[in-house]
Amino acid sequence: MTITTVPDFPSLAVGDIVAERSFPLTRDSLVRYAGASGDFNPIHYRDDIAHAVGLPGVLAHGMLTMGLAVQAVVDWSGDPGRIVDYQVRFTRPVVVDPESGAVVAVIAKVGQLDDDARAARIDLTVKVGDETVLGKAQARVILG
Amino acid sequence: MPLNPELQGRVFPPTEPYLVGREKVREFSRAVFATNPVNFNVEVARAAGYDDIVAPPTFAVVVQELSLAQLLADPDAGIDFSRVVHGDQRFTSTRPIVAGDELTATLTVTSVKSLGPHSMVTAQSEITDAAGEHVVTSISTLVVRGDE
Repeated sequence: MTITTVPDFPSLAVGDIVAERSFPLTRDSLVRYAGASGDFNPIHYRDDIAHAVGLPGVLAHGMLTMGLAVQAVVDWSGDPGRIVDYQVRFTRPVVVDPESGAVVAVIAKVGQLDDDARAARIDLTVKVGDETVLGKAQARVILG
Repeated sequence: MPLNPELQGRVFPPTEPYLVGREKVREFSRAVFATNPVNFNVEVARAAGYDDIVAPPTFAVVVQELSLAQLLADPDAGIDFSRVVHGDQRFTSTRPIVAGDELTATLTVTSVKSLGPHSMVTAQSEITDAAGEHVVTSISTLVVRGDE
């Protein structure tokens, strides 16, 4: 992959799958994200606190799930600077087991094409197992 | 406790400038599983037309967080942080954040709503660079859980 490879806009069609990625998360991933982002909420690394506030276990930061899901689109588009708008709804928490972790699966599909701006709206399906964890996950990507 | 409805429309003072460090961009990039060389390699980023390495699309949350901290710390707002759940998030960019940027966030509470026992507050942070130019708008909706 090189950053000069830009997807060919005219050849895209609504419904095309442009990327599929799996991201295995472990507790280490959560600690790394806590340090990088400055979000040290203990529900993301302490089982006792997660249980005390009624959660099923330690959760991934929603912003970690949002941040990694868009990487599928970044890699496809060749340049993170092409992503001009990105939104998600946090629909389900991602529980990260201390031993087995969790796998976040991302499918990126063309949702809409804007010929004038040469922009694509990429819709992301983001699941852990059978459960959707991000809703209305959409990135607008400039390909012109 | 319900949220103070008078919070809607409230604008907080701009945060202290945040200097985007090159190693912080690399650290954040690794943490979100970024692999693109423009996130890590200065020469590659410059060849692609950027002043320095490029931060991932969600990096703005680090700067937005400084403005959200003002809202959460405000006793008038009445937000119990232990009951806050992140509902949704959006970033709308004029340009990507690059290492060396000095960024300031100005938060406006754009909406306060009740939903049964819960409250929803939408906070919009305008993030600008040292020249005062818009870089990215970061919008969070926080759900404050009430007693069921």
